[in-house]
Amino acid sequence: MRKLALIACAALALVGLAANAAEEAGLRMAPAPDNRLDIASLQRGARDFVNYCLTCHTAKYMRYNRLTDLGLTPAQIKSSLMFASDKIGDTMTVAMREDDAKTWFGNPPPDLSVEARVRGRDWLYNYLLGFYRDDKSATGWNNLVFPNVGMPDVLWQLSGTGKRVEKEFDNEESAEAAAIAVKGLAMVEPTKDHKYTMVSIAPDAPGTMTRAQYEAFVGDIVNYLDYMGEPIRDERIHLGMIVLIFLGVLFALAYALKRDYWKALH
Amino acid sequence: MSKFMTWVDERFPLTALWESQWGKYVAPKNFNFWYFFGSLAAFVLVLQFVTGIWLAMDYKPDAAKAFGSVEYIMRDVQWGWLIRYLHSTGASMFFVVVYLHMFRGLIYGSYRKPRELTWLFGCVIYLALMAEAFFGYLLPWGQMSYWGAQVIVNLFSTIPGIGEGLAVWIRGDYTISDVTLNRFFAFHVAALPLVLVALVVMHLMALHETGSNNPDGVEIKKQPKDPKTGLPLDGIYSHPYYTVKDIVGVIGFLIVFSAIVFFLPNMGGFFLESNNFIPANPLKTPQEIAPVWYFTPYYAMLRAVPSFLETQVWGVIVMACAVLIFFALPWLDRAPVKSIRYRGRLYKGFLIAFIFSFLLLGYLGTVPVTVWGQFADVFPFHGADRATVVSRVLTVIYFAFFVLMPWYSVRDKTLPQPDRVRWK
Repeated sequence: MRKLALIACAALALVGLAANAAEEAGLRMAPAPDNRLDIASLQRGARDFVNYCLTCHTAKYMRYNRLTDLGLTPAQIKSSLMFASDKIGDTMTVAMREDDAKTWFGNPPPDLSVEARVRGRDWLYNYLLGFYRDDKSATGWNNLVFPNVGMPDVLWQLSGTGKRVEKEFDNEESAEAAAIAVKGLAMVEPTKDHKYTMVSIAPDAPGTMTRAQYEAFVGDIVNYLDYMGEPIRDERIHLGMIVLIFLGVLFALAYALKRDYWKALH
Repeated sequence: MSKFMTWVDERFPLTALWESQWGKYVAPKNFNFWYFFGSLAAFVLVLQFVTGIWLAMDYKPDAAKAFGSVEYIMRDVQWGWLIRYLHSTGASMFFVVVYLHMFRGLIYGSYRKPRELTWLFGCVIYLALMAEAFFGYLLPWGQMSYWGAQVIVNLFSTIPGIGEGLAVWIRGDYTISDVTLNRFFAFHVAALPLVLVALVVMHLMALHETGSNNPDGVEIKKQPKDPKTGLPLDGIYSHPYYTVKDIVGVIGFLIVFSAIVFFLPNMGGFFLESNNFIPANPLKTPQEIAPVWYFTPYYAMLRAVPSFLETQVWGVIVMACAVLIFFALPWLDRAPVKSIRYRGRLYKGFLIAFIFSFLLLGYLGTVPVTVWGQFADVFPFHGADRATVVSRVLTVIYFAFFVLMPWYSVRDKTLPQPDRVRWK
């Protein structure tokens, strides 16, 4: 039996290895700052979200009064964060009509309530840092993470503008090494003549924020989006600890009971 | 109390029912770890019923409202998030438990005479569970719900002649729509739960008629009776012995289950797929449509079978056979012993190959066929996707386990089966 278990483990490990070998190549993303438990960051993120995102995007499953989770009082929420509505129990909607949005952007801007659960923190962070000028696109912008996206770089006055930089390499290793050296968002693509291009974004014109300020700003927004995707998360984890401790004690008692009953059997 | 029970028993066989099904049911004393999964399956079934009833109180089976009502449950309903995570985790864990329960049946030969009907009822439960999971998966009305249902219903349209009509009949529309959502809701919360309960009752009654198998495959009913207790030498009463043991199993399971519910409810995209947080959009096909993990071994087979004679029905047939072949198991196995403990290397080799192919097919079903790239100019696979070729080989291995069983189960060198069970 033990041998069989060993073999089963080996089979599982093989399957796992096969799974690992298939890791995604191409886009190299910078990790989003890990500030999940930073209440001040979440508050800044909420403020920036309602100011910059909640003009085209909705968050129609998120209620304003839920922001009390983040240590804000109803009065603060009402006075500083609510522009489109005056009832604190309302959800975060915008005045723009969906068919207008479709005409203007091609696709209506997606609702952002659970966007973080679709994309993940890192994707969102790199997406917001991934815009560059592109004269060929309809909006004049393009994005390294989401090519030909319908959304223009609405934050360019803060971030400044970027431009796409391509460098060609003879082999994949040196292209990958160059991508790592960027220490940020970069992409390695094979070309038609069996060479490799490393694509990155270089600053073109400065904005009102420094690079570090802008990265922190985007980090806050992503942090807020992540919170909004599942507002209950912290409570869930906290409750989970208590539940596991309780079950651990219960398991010990149940096991003692079982042993006591089974003592008599031979 | 006893006066009350007498009153009831004169009118309804409550005590007799309890004693025949559990209280005085005699089971072998040597059940090991693998024997937890039967009671765990029953536990998860109840959990799904309870959480499902409470979800249905706030869920709206309406294409315009379904997605929003799930988010409403997650955010605004008291404890709604917990009920929803228990239900979504429960769906996946149901399959984990059932697959391990079936594996137990395989290795100890629990499907053999005289338990064929228990096995067959179990196979039907497995089919009903797949249907239940499929109907339920449409309800959150996300992109994966929608396109997964679209793909699976389209499988029926590959059947020559009647296929197209059949698919329309199932959907009630030309595409998956509000009509489909409504009927799938009805199937998910009423029709299939009824079927499942009926089947589980039959499964248990059949089991309690023949008595349980055990890791040694010894038939305790054929053993002489212990003069003191009147029970077979290796038999014990389920109650209290397996009652207290199964409680340990349930709590152990709940520890794993809670760890997932509270810390990893998405389970890395396997239990809740990230694309399912995008509302269903009939006009936008996702790049990759992957079914939930418990269907992926069969999905990998479906994709691996080439179309032939201008129809793709062959993949569907292979997939259906892969599930239905479990029904034939009691008649394919001709070994003189039941348990793997007394089987030879031939059976063990086939079993390991089968488990390996099932797991690897399961993995391949979750990824695009291009995952391992293509063969270069290697005869005879010019430019074919490596993953597809591997899936074909694995599909053959999967079927070989069953189809060759009448041959290798007889040829295998087995050890003599003892008269008494081994303790542990």
